[in-house]
Amino acid sequence: MTDGGDLFEQQRANRRGTAWLMLGFVAFFAWLGFGGDFVLREMTRDAAAGEYHHLFPWITIGTVALSVIAIVYAWSTGPQNVLWATGARLLQDPATPEAKQLANVVEEMAIASGLPVPNIYIVPDADPNAFATGWNEESSSIVVTEGLLQMCSRDELQAVIGHEMGHIKNLDIRLMTLLAALVGVAALINDGASRLLRSSGDSSSSSTWSSSSSGSSSSSRRKGGGGTIVLIVAVVWILSILLAPLITRLLALAVSRKREFLADAMSAQFTRNPGALANALVKIDGADAPTTSINRGVAHLCIADPLGRSVNGRPGFFADLFGTHPPVEERVERLREMAYEPGPAGEPVPAG
Amino acid sequence: MAPVLVAVVVLGVAGLWFIATFNRLIGLKNQVANGWKQIDVQLKRRHDLIPNLVETVKGAMSFERGTLEAVIAARNQAIGLLRGGGGAVPSGAEVRQLAAAENQLSGALGKLFAVVEAYPQLKATGNVTTLQEELTSTENKIAFARQLYNDQATNYNTAQQQFPTNMVAGVAGASPAELWEIADAAEREVPKVNLAAT
Repeated sequence: MTDGGDLFEQQRANRRGTAWLMLGFVAFFAWLGFGGDFVLREMTRDAAAGEYHHLFPWITIGTVALSVIAIVYAWSTGPQNVLWATGARLLQDPATPEAKQLANVVEEMAIASGLPVPNIYIVPDADPNAFATGWNEESSSIVVTEGLLQMCSRDELQAVIGHEMGHIKNLDIRLMTLLAALVGVAALINDGASRLLRSSGDSSSSSTWSSSSSGSSSSSRRKGGGGTIVLIVAVVWILSILLAPLITRLLALAVSRKREFLADAMSAQFTRNPGALANALVKIDGADAPTTSINRGVAHLCIADPLGRSVNGRPGFFADLFGTHPPVEERVERLREMAYEPGPAGEPVPAG
Repeated sequence: MAPVLVAVVVLGVAGLWFIATFNRLIGLKNQVANGWKQIDVQLKRRHDLIPNLVETVKGAMSFERGTLEAVIAARNQAIGLLRGGGGAVPSGAEVRQLAAAENQLSGALGKLFAVVEAYPQLKATGNVTTLQEELTSTENKIAFARQLYNDQATNYNTAQQQFPTNMVAGVAGASPAELWEIADAAEREVPKVNLAAT
């Protein structure tokens, strides 16, 4: 049983990752604000004595405050927003045999993992998929699609739920939910910023941005000596606004792949039946219609890529860079190895 | 002066290590006790389900009295043992007795379900299917609670037997916890399949 060390190491890594993510988010906004302050300062440097000089970094303070508010918002509403975005509904008292079975299976896996029973949500979608969200073990949710319930046998469903319980136990859910919430915020800001930039692109239009800040003297100023630095900073600055969603997306990809292997292994530890998870993964992968109710923002939370993108399907460099999930073949192969050979601790796997 | 300082530092480090190890052992011990309690909860659940099951199938298979009575007897015996259990880490005898009683109950239930399979009209009623799912789930829950308990007990046992933790184990009142094993020889046997007989 290597349970203790690995688990706590993973939880620590996730706590650390969450802190770094928030720090990086604030730093990025500080950079956005700083760029604005810098450009404004350069523009008003040679202004007449009576005119406005931009000396105090108001914009930086503003954007940092904005990012802190965004994080607090993401923290307080993250799981609800993720659930809402997928149209999941809470399973309260299971009536149908399928729902009862799901509730039972979740309870079984909660016992096997030694965690409190999470909330169960069902997404009305015919494509099989599942994910978990929440901030900690006590307030976590497991979400499955109707397609998963119909397609999987009891053992396979159990293995998938075991995989999600692994994510909860590792605290993967915290980092990944925060990431989902921040990806949403970043996309929102990117949309707003690019709209703003587009409208200020035609300088003749009545854009509040260019007319109020630079005024009539802006054209002559840009040809001046300080102009090149301003220009470079401005270009890097604008680029970073435009690239923000891509960067957050890449981040989401990078953090989620390693975790999938680990959660697969934990599912095997809980169910002692890795073959069932392998079968479930093959089924989920085989139904390659995209899960329409799960959008890009929460894709990295799911057990298998909901978007049916080709990069996730096969191994290789681009898959390594852009896939949210490791190739299913590789995961299945590892699970099959676990199923046919003695586990790493030397105990026969199909016990219990 | 310096040797005194060294001695103080060494003693301090040793003291801190002692406290940390002691607390770790206590934590593991409480986990084992909690794991045991979880098994209790699930066993009780199973005991509560059985009267329901017996009530449902009684009418349709009155001539299978022996099978039903075996289930009821095994249940009553197991309940008696369960009431005796406390909240602490169980003693070896406690684990073995309860494991034996519950294994007997599992065996009796297995036979009952094998008999139910032979009554299609009984299987067709929704009640039995629902009960069957409940019982399957309960069996699974017991198995998983047992699995968790065994893992926790193994962690606890390993911790208290390893050097140098074993020097603290005595002070912390740690003694090896009994694993829940399959006591029934029949359950361990490889099932015999005879295709020729059919």
